[in-house]
Amino acid sequence: MKFGILVNEGPYQHQASDSAYQFAVAALAKGHEIYRVFFYNDGVNNANKLTEPPQDDRNITRQWSALAAAHNLDMVVCVAAGLRRGIKAEILAPGFNISGLGQLIQAGIEADRLVVFGD
Amino acid sequence: MSDTQAGEGGNSKVRRFMFVNRKAPYGTIYALEALEVVLIGAAFDQDVSLVFVDDGVYQLKKGQQTKDIGQKNFSPTYRALGDYDIEKLYVERESLQARGLAPDDLLVPVRVLGSAELGVLMEEQDVVLSF
Repeated sequence: MKFGILVNEGPYQHQASDSAYQFAVAALAKGHEIYRVFFYNDGVNNANKLTEPPQDDRNITRQWSALAAAHNLDMVVCVAAGLRRGIKAEILAPGFNISGLGQLIQAGIEADRLVVFGD
Repeated sequence: MSDTQAGEGGNSKVRRFMFVNRKAPYGTIYALEALEVVLIGAAFDQDVSLVFVDDGVYQLKKGQQTKDIGQKNFSPTYRALGDYDIEKLYVERESLQARGLAPDDLLVPVRVLGSAELGVLMEEQDVVLSF
């Protein structure tokens, strides 16, 4: 199956991004395809490469970057939501790209299921 | 759910998108940013509907005044949705009643449905985006 994933919460404060990541890992392991991961609302903060959690904690941003590199994931950060929160090209972690909300709608059209992870 | 439809790429597929609005208009940004998705989505010629449940019903309340909280009153935008050919607005009856609201208190004409009826409608969607 072809999944779209929408992440609407930032890292750490909510579990949404962890759950989305774990869902993506599990789906890929089962041979499913991830059409796109779209980051919206505070979810855009997942793309911040300046993120620096304590050493004994997971680095959510780096996890996403590594998953994207391993599976050639399309990870899109909403430009409007990003600008509001200071998430711009210069602080994007590897694998993330900035684009418009049309990419979310497109994911809804093209994916078999769009799964929303939020509050 | 009709997953597979003929045609690849472009916007040839028309899918049923439902936006579920669950939060009060102010206090968090969910309502405003959900509306921004709806407006962009309108350009894709999809079959769009909006649902208002829980505190989300307050998004449609008449007479919103936001000056004292220093935020923009974006509620007039709901009245403009018709200009974008978005005309399916559903409000959950239980949510309205629990908050002492009636359809007359709302900015726009809506269809009031019970939660069971809404559940049936959700089942018929291709994409459900909740905010």
